[in-house]
Amino acid sequence: MSEYRSEPLKCWPRAKELRLKYYQDYQKARERGGIRWTGGAWSFDAIPAGLGRDVYNITGEPYAASIAFDRKLSTECLEAAEAKGWARDLCSYMRNYWGSMYLGKYAFGGEYPDPDFCFQDHICCSHAKWYQHVAEYKKIPYFCIDVSVGPYKDVDENRLMFVVNQMHEAIEWLEKTTGRKYQDELLIEAVENETRSTATWAEVCCLNMNKPAPLDEKTMYSLYVHGTLAKHSKDVADFYEELRDEVKYRIDNHIAAVPNEQCRLMSDTQPPWGFLKIFRYLEGYGAISVGSLYTFGLIGIWETKPDGSWGPRPTPMQKGEKITTRDQALRVLADWNLSKPEWQHFYDPNLKTEMMLQIVKQWQLDGVMLHLNRGCEGLSCGIMENRLGIAKAGVPVMTFEGNMGDEREFDEKRVVTRIDSFMETLGIKMLGKPAGIG
Amino acid sequence: MFTKFHEWYKNRHDYARAWREQNDGEVVGCFCSYVPEELIYAAGLLPVRVLGSHEPQDVTEPHIFGMFCPFCRDVLAQGLKGRYNYLKGIVLAQSCLHLRQAFTSWRNHVPADFAHYIYFPNKVQTKHAYSYYHGELVKFRKALEEWIGRAISDDSIKAAAELYNENRRLMREVYELRKAANPPLTGLEAMIMVASSYFVDKKDHNAELKRILPELKSRTLERETGGRLMIVGSENDDTEFVQMVESVGATVVVDDHCTGSRYFWNATEFSGDVMQDIANRYIDRPPCPTKDWEERSRFPHVLQLAREYNVDGVILIQQKFCDPHECDMVPLKELLNNNDLPTLFLEFDVTVPVGQFRIRVEAFLEMLGVEELF
Repeated sequence: MSEYRSEPLKCWPRAKELRLKYYQDYQKARERGGIRWTGGAWSFDAIPAGLGRDVYNITGEPYAASIAFDRKLSTECLEAAEAKGWARDLCSYMRNYWGSMYLGKYAFGGEYPDPDFCFQDHICCSHAKWYQHVAEYKKIPYFCIDVSVGPYKDVDENRLMFVVNQMHEAIEWLEKTTGRKYQDELLIEAVENETRSTATWAEVCCLNMNKPAPLDEKTMYSLYVHGTLAKHSKDVADFYEELRDEVKYRIDNHIAAVPNEQCRLMSDTQPPWGFLKIFRYLEGYGAISVGSLYTFGLIGIWETKPDGSWGPRPTPMQKGEKITTRDQALRVLADWNLSKPEWQHFYDPNLKTEMMLQIVKQWQLDGVMLHLNRGCEGLSCGIMENRLGIAKAGVPVMTFEGNMGDEREFDEKRVVTRIDSFMETLGIKMLGKPAGIG
Repeated sequence: MFTKFHEWYKNRHDYARAWREQNDGEVVGCFCSYVPEELIYAAGLLPVRVLGSHEPQDVTEPHIFGMFCPFCRDVLAQGLKGRYNYLKGIVLAQSCLHLRQAFTSWRNHVPADFAHYIYFPNKVQTKHAYSYYHGELVKFRKALEEWIGRAISDDSIKAAAELYNENRRLMREVYELRKAANPPLTGLEAMIMVASSYFVDKKDHNAELKRILPELKSRTLERETGGRLMIVGSENDDTEFVQMVESVGATVVVDDHCTGSRYFWNATEFSGDVMQDIANRYIDRPPCPTKDWEERSRFPHVLQLAREYNVDGVILIQQKFCDPHECDMVPLKELLNNNDLPTLFLEFDVTVPVGQFRIRVEAFLEMLGVEELF
């Protein structure tokens, strides 16, 4: 049994600082005469960036995940949403977010900071409806871009232009809504930053093919999140390059995420944020989740290489393409995002199964743990077909039921028992005392 | 009077099989009311809606996670059980995540020669939706042509669109009669009339509508109208439920369901480019909540229907786990209540607890002051 060296990431404090700054910048935007807006983690944040350098956003899903991590606050928020009459089975991020809004409580201290407008995109049934309600409740303007034009392999000019045309419409709307003149050079800069940050994140994920893995998924959750906050920002793009270089250093110096790695797994969908300790429990078995389609492809942008392998999609800059006009920037932005791995399964679960099996092969995994996530209909869409497809390919797969943002729907003991059974199936024995369970 | 519609509704599969034999054509299953049936019909095919059977089943658990709506699972169950084994093709017009899983799992596990997913826009409130959807319809037409091995002419598409328009006009004419103080038809009859139109050749349906309409106009039902109710919400062809509601002192006089008025409310308006005209019709139809944003354009429509049909109260029906409707229910209830329209919210599953719902409906009617109860 190998024992690897392990140590914390050197850039961890920078990751924490960047995240806190993001939430504080949003909170203090108005004091500085700036604009703040809200929308989803997949919204085209590069577009409002063209309004000026004092424009700050808060993305709903990571914000709600932060609430979910604080079980007490989350329960308050969920109950506030339920008290308004909303169904308990709705998106738990949405309910946490709405609850925070109703209670006027900001998860990072102080009052919930009202946004000036909502700017969203739509691929999941809840996306547009989420901010429809926020806009109504806060009486603020709202614009949403429909991106559900089919899987990237089938995208043609008509489909691409439907998204691009809405983006142009959005810019006109932003100018009218804010009274500001739109600056194309800021848009171009933001698009370049977004392609750089999301491709670099894919590079980071690729480094986790190494044995032992330099990163574990629990740690990756705290890193990929920056791409869900402000993928268009220079800070995030620069940070991902710093992270990539450090992960390379870890590989070169045989620094592992889990010192006793003997079993490599992947998960699927958002984790139950209030119960991340299940990943520590896995470590008792020397089992590491090295990532997932979720952590890799929620914001990471990938492509299939000529040899059939999966790798980071080259940015326009890497291809020597210079973006010079608004229309070109929007076309790049639309095309780039339409290739997002986590957007493909919305049309066909088989596309997701293929990607998952590719990850199993390239990252040399021993099994797959599917989180049947009651909190997210978008990422749970087709998940049972994924299970069938993975099992058919001969890859060991287990499921566990839970909810990313509603701890009332997570049975910790039951999940641990399922993990024990799965490990037994894989022939993996407990190596040490399991961490933090029960 | 509505016997034929009942017969078609009940024996939908027999009808489709017989149609296939008589017309030497194939039958195509449609997974949402947004499917542009006119194009399928113009190709010499019979489009039929795939609806559930309202029976408990145990075949979909391996395919669709239990947090998705019972309707989508009921629909898939029909395929897995071979109930629609005469279908040669299936078509989905993009709608909610729930129903699309019934389609994608069906495509994976139930043999069909033709399976087409139309990327219908979710944002119908942008001007760009019209040209975009036109482009998607052109692709769908081409895919159909490749499958059947012959071209579909503009003339045949226009003829099909006209036939469908006639069906819409006739059903609206029937609905118009429901505005009367004593409607000449029950809500159950109206529900079955519309639901059956999903299953049969519109020529047959139109002929039957034309046959009953003159008689219907002078029909007097030997029952009290009682409370005038509207039903609003998710897919609903639960005849047992409506029958129960109308047995306790009420009449359902109008609805906003995709299996009801939303299916036929607006017509194709012809301007010269029939493909664009059809695209426009589907973009402009009363929307499903999943497509109703940024504005809630459905709400004024629902309110207008409630007023035009002089309803006393509204039953809000929602398939369990139906996120798009769940996202509308709270503000819709508020809107209706603020306009002096009391509401009763009921959550539906594949089967409904008729006994419990009866008590709740009776209490609702009592609240409305419907004295016929006693």
